[in-house]
Amino acid sequence: MHKEAAIREPLILGHKTYHDITEDVCRPIEDKAPRMWYILFGIALIIGLYGVGCILYLLGTGIGVWGLNKTIGWAWDITNFVWWVGIGHAGTLISAVLLLFRQKWRMAINRSAEAMTIFAVFMAGTFPLIHMGRLWVGYWTMPLPNHFGSLWVNFNSPLLWDVFAISTYLSVGLIFWYIGLIPDFATIRDRAKRPVPKKMYTLLAFGWSGRAKHWNRFELVSLVLAGLATPLVFSVHSIVSFDFATSVIPGWHTTIFPPYFVAGAVFSGFAMVQTLMLVMRKAMNLEAYIHTRHVEYMNIVIMVTGSIVGVAYLTELFVSWYSGVEYEQYAFINRATGPYWWAYWSMMTCNVISPQLMWIRRLRRSLLFTFVISIVVNIGMWFERYVIIVTSIHRDYLPSSWSMHFPSHIDLGIYVGTIGLFFVFFLLFARFFPVLALNEVKTILKSSGESYKNAPDTHHGHDSHGHDNHGHTSTEEDNNNSNNQ
Amino acid sequence: MAEKVIYAMYDDDDVLKDGAKLLVSKGVKVSDVFSPFPIHGIDPIIGVKNTRLGIMAFLYGITGTLLATIGMRYIMIVDWPMNIGGKPNETYLDNILAFIPVTFEFTVLCAAHGMAITYLLRNKTLPGMPAQNPDPRTTDDKFVIELKLSENTQFTEDELNSMLKQTGIIEIDQKEIN
Repeated sequence: MHKEAAIREPLILGHKTYHDITEDVCRPIEDKAPRMWYILFGIALIIGLYGVGCILYLLGTGIGVWGLNKTIGWAWDITNFVWWVGIGHAGTLISAVLLLFRQKWRMAINRSAEAMTIFAVFMAGTFPLIHMGRLWVGYWTMPLPNHFGSLWVNFNSPLLWDVFAISTYLSVGLIFWYIGLIPDFATIRDRAKRPVPKKMYTLLAFGWSGRAKHWNRFELVSLVLAGLATPLVFSVHSIVSFDFATSVIPGWHTTIFPPYFVAGAVFSGFAMVQTLMLVMRKAMNLEAYIHTRHVEYMNIVIMVTGSIVGVAYLTELFVSWYSGVEYEQYAFINRATGPYWWAYWSMMTCNVISPQLMWIRRLRRSLLFTFVISIVVNIGMWFERYVIIVTSIHRDYLPSSWSMHFPSHIDLGIYVGTIGLFFVFFLLFARFFPVLALNEVKTILKSSGESYKNAPDTHHGHDSHGHDNHGHTSTEEDNNNSNNQ
Repeated sequence: MAEKVIYAMYDDDDVLKDGAKLLVSKGVKVSDVFSPFPIHGIDPIIGVKNTRLGIMAFLYGITGTLLATIGMRYIMIVDWPMNIGGKPNETYLDNILAFIPVTFEFTVLCAAHGMAITYLLRNKTLPGMPAQNPDPRTTDDKFVIELKLSENTQFTEDELNSMLKQTGIIEIDQKEIN
């Protein structure tokens, strides 16, 4: 096992044993839920149900109940869609990309980040489905033969690529998450005492054994899924950006969109992870596993992606001027100084200025500051999509059609409702699922746990030194060591 | 056929690894190891071969690529070619750029799902299966070596037991399994 440099901050604080890790993660599931959980769950459920009500009203009445008009045919629906898909980028990025880079700090956060991803993609998927107006014919987006209509689906259209991208992303994310969950469900199954939970977790754990061969397969499957999911993460938001970039609308017709959207998605996704993780670690007593070092790493990701987004904003401005296309130029002048100036400048402040504060070490290690910034970033990222979508189309080529978008209360209700539903799912997850990849965390206890790091001459410390490289040559050394003890 | 197995339990992965090494060096066949997390480096010691699931993933992926290509060619070129602004659409190659995103997504979809299903089937981990581990503590903080008497006929039961006891075990158990 690889041992970390002593000067690195440990990933697991305190004197934990393998059993402590199991206890710490399983206790919140096995104990009664605290009153706060019921309160939060109740609030989220009420908001979520209100959202469902609004959706049903929309489906029964038609999308005329949104604040759309003939100039602005796309507004909050697609804004919310892109916002949620963006948020849904952190989980897979953390578990897949950081797995490929062997970043061990991912282990404390990947499980809940992936759960968050899946729920965010659920919420995202809601919007394209309901904006069809007739939800029940949603399966027409699948390539079905002609007698369903007069034509096949059009594989030239980015909107169809989106169908494939989002559904692939959701389902692959789901299996990646679940395959990681199986061994942890087995741990809960084997600890469960009461019959109903025992039955439930036995069902969920699929009879997991923990055999050497199964772990061998497990590790390879995780690696290959990570390898598959990494380009998938980048492709999904690139394809979402094609929805705009392949059109001829000034402000949308931009080749910079794919990388810019991907960076923005990672930016907002990590912000959402921070928001949830900072609350969760406190509420579930996981401070030993998710602490300042993890928060700092995530803040660095936020800073880097935030800077990429900032550069992209400025590049867009420059290119709109440099293109010499007056419509393109006007689109950007209108964003900054037109009737939606407040949205543009909120976006600029939240997304360009606030992440730059993370250069200051004291700020990026401050949990309170991080929490505030994480919310600011997500507000900013919502405005980004709103600016791109609404301000680009509200003044089109024909000034007589110029218009403004005013959201109706149904727009608002559905948006807020998805936030409520998202928290309903997340709270249920935190209540019944292991929120930490507890068995994965056990593998880093000896290399990055505080008590092991600070005791370099113990059996474990010594033994774990360079095992992978030396293999058999270290046998003798190990035996000597065992004898000495 | 009922078979006698010995389960030796350890409370540390490194002690188990050293123990397994010692047993194997004496010619004992370790039939399996149960652990709460992957013990790195245990596979070559007890002779677990590397999985070939990666090759399967590749094959599933290729299948996805082919299916997507064949499907889109049929739909977009053969069955109902669309005239979009008079752009060339006679052959698949003319339009291939537009088909790359879906081809990629479908490749990933098939590779990931194919591999996941194969993984679950090969492990026999499926919904509703009973727990397969010998002791509930092996998913918490205990590590178990499994020896089958039928695979170690050159040793007596007592010899195996005494050899195991030298490796730092905390518990030893015998069971008959089918």
